Amino acid sequence: MSHDHSLNPEVMPQHPEKATLEGKNKFLGLWFFLGGETVLFASLFGTYLALKNSTAGGPTSQDLFGLELVFLMTMLLLTSSLTSVYAMYHMKNNDFKKMQLWLGITGLLGIAFLGCEIYEFYHYIHEFGFTFRSSAFGSAFYALVGFHGGHVLFGLCWLSAIMIRNAKRGLNLYNAPKFNTFSLYWHFIDVVWVFIFTVVYLMGKVA
Amino acid sequence: MANNTKSGEFQRQQNKEEMKKQLISFATMILFTILAFLIVGSGIMSKMFAIPLLLVLALIQVAFQFYYFMHMKDKGHEMVSVMIYGGVWAAILTVAALSLVIWW
Repeated sequence: MSHDHSLNPEVMPQHPEKATLEGKNKFLGLWFFLGGETVLFASLFGTYLALKNSTAGGPTSQDLFGLELVFLMTMLLLTSSLTSVYAMYHMKNNDFKKMQLWLGITGLLGIAFLGCEIYEFYHYIHEFGFTFRSSAFGSAFYALVGFHGGHVLFGLCWLSAIMIRNAKRGLNLYNAPKFNTFSLYWHFIDVVWVFIFTVVYLMGKVA
Repeated sequence: MANNTKSGEFQRQQNKEEMKKQLISFATMILFTILAFLIVGSGIMSKMFAIPLLLVLALIQVAFQFYYFMHMKDKGHEMVSVMIYGGVWAAILTVAALSLVIWW
């Protein structure tokens, strides 16, 4: 049996993403990475909590944040998490075209989220003069939320790379783990956002 | 071959059942999000009650995300749990230490 043939079986296994040793390793490796990411974001959250009242006479969290935009962004990212679940559902049914379609929708929702975030930052800088350098609160805020936005951007680049690279290959045991690790990463971005909208925006507004 | 299509049909049915659970967890997450925004938006609660409640709502949502969307409820996720709870443990220590620094 040739290498190419063993990666394209006639009947796909139930879990194509974990059918090969490489797939299993990618799966564990990504979770290891997510464990590290948890600590990294925790240090940014801890910094933000410690510095959020150090506004240096500038705008406070209550002056700045608007709940409407944050609600819209939350819905966009939460829905994109569901659409990537749909993509993995179609992967398990070996339906490559539908998987690509749902991954595409996931990407569009991610772009919409990023657009909202850029608008938000632009608004803070031009209406309030609230920048990375204006106060310790500003530094901590942009470091935390911007780092999350950077993760979304990285996820979008990753997604388009695997979607374009595998567009003509179809689904097989070689690329199924790649799609699956992306979807896990994307869910993790949503996990971080749940804490951001709770700790930064909602708790900042209620104070 | 007939046997293969049969097991394929069984798999599809199982995947469909799984997808239903995923949709229910998504609906719950949306509901919790709306609830959290309503608590803050309406301003009906004092800060002392609102903040712990918001944190509890966030933790439940994250549990749904990990256990359903990311399949930690399925078999073969022991090593995964070790890694993510290891990360969570270090995360709690980090946030606790940084909060303690500004206590006084």
